[in-house]
Amino acid sequence: MKKILVLALLLSVCITAFAGQSQQVEMADAMRSSGKIYVVIAIVVIIFTGLAIYLFSIDRRLKKIEKEK
Amino acid sequence: MKFIYQTWWKVLAVVIILYTLIAGFLFGVPTLPILHETIRNTYFHVPMWIAMFTVFTISVIYSIAYLNTGKEEYDLIAVECVNTGTFFYVLGLITGMLWAKYTWGEFWSNDPKQNSAAIAFLLYCAYAVLRNSIDEEQKRAKISAIYNIFAFPIMIVLIMILPRMTDSLHPGNGGNPAFGKLDMDNRMRVVLYPAFIAWALIAVWIASLRYRIRLIEYKRNEIS
Repeated sequence: MKKILVLALLLSVCITAFAGQSQQVEMADAMRSSGKIYVVIAIVVIIFTGLAIYLFSIDRRLKKIEKEK
Repeated sequence: MKFIYQTWWKVLAVVIILYTLIAGFLFGVPTLPILHETIRNTYFHVPMWIAMFTVFTISVIYSIAYLNTGKEEYDLIAVECVNTGTFFYVLGLITGMLWAKYTWGEFWSNDPKQNSAAIAFLLYCAYAVLRNSIDEEQKRAKISAIYNIFAFPIMIVLIMILPRMTDSLHPGNGGNPAFGKLDMDNRMRVVLYPAFIAWALIAVWIASLRYRIRLIEYKRNEIS
């Protein structure tokens, strides 16, 4: 758990380091500056977390069935 | 085989993918015409293919192992790896088509890469058909193992080699720069390579789950 926390901390440092760069090609800067890209990230993360939990639950149920034998 | 019953690598894969989901949207990317923000698709489209290659490779290894030893379990691993690989194949094709729509102009522009990917997909559909058409268990395992060993290099040639020899819109083909020096930098690599590993692990995980289910079914059939 500690390692995950450290990873998350490092991640947030990286994110702030990379934020904001002047660009010529049209990018979704407006969306990012208004902060709404975070909504998308949150949704994608929720979906993937859900799928991961689902996979883990299948794994656990299988383990139970395998033990019965 | 104990590996597939362990938990640590599954947690690792999930954590890395969560990282790529966040970093993939927030980290800086090269600014390129036409591609714009869709360059971030690299983090999600390409790993589907890496995942597919991983499970297909494992399946070939176990097909060979089956032919060597005749162990039924190896055949079950091979078939479930192909099933999982086909799933990621479909994801790769669909995400590629959607990406193509907004960068090449059309979902399907009969690009060599797309066409040969479609043909290679049919190869693996034929594998499923072949398997289901044989009732006798040992015969089915043997024939499908041999088919699988031949299908794999053909798939590699179709997807990786042939498109490179002609003009293709897909990066890395026909004089088109790959995601190499020109359009990729280290900011992307710190997300892309972990994504490759993590999605490959997820594919192995799903394949292992399917194998364990199939193993239970197999044992049950054996008893009755």
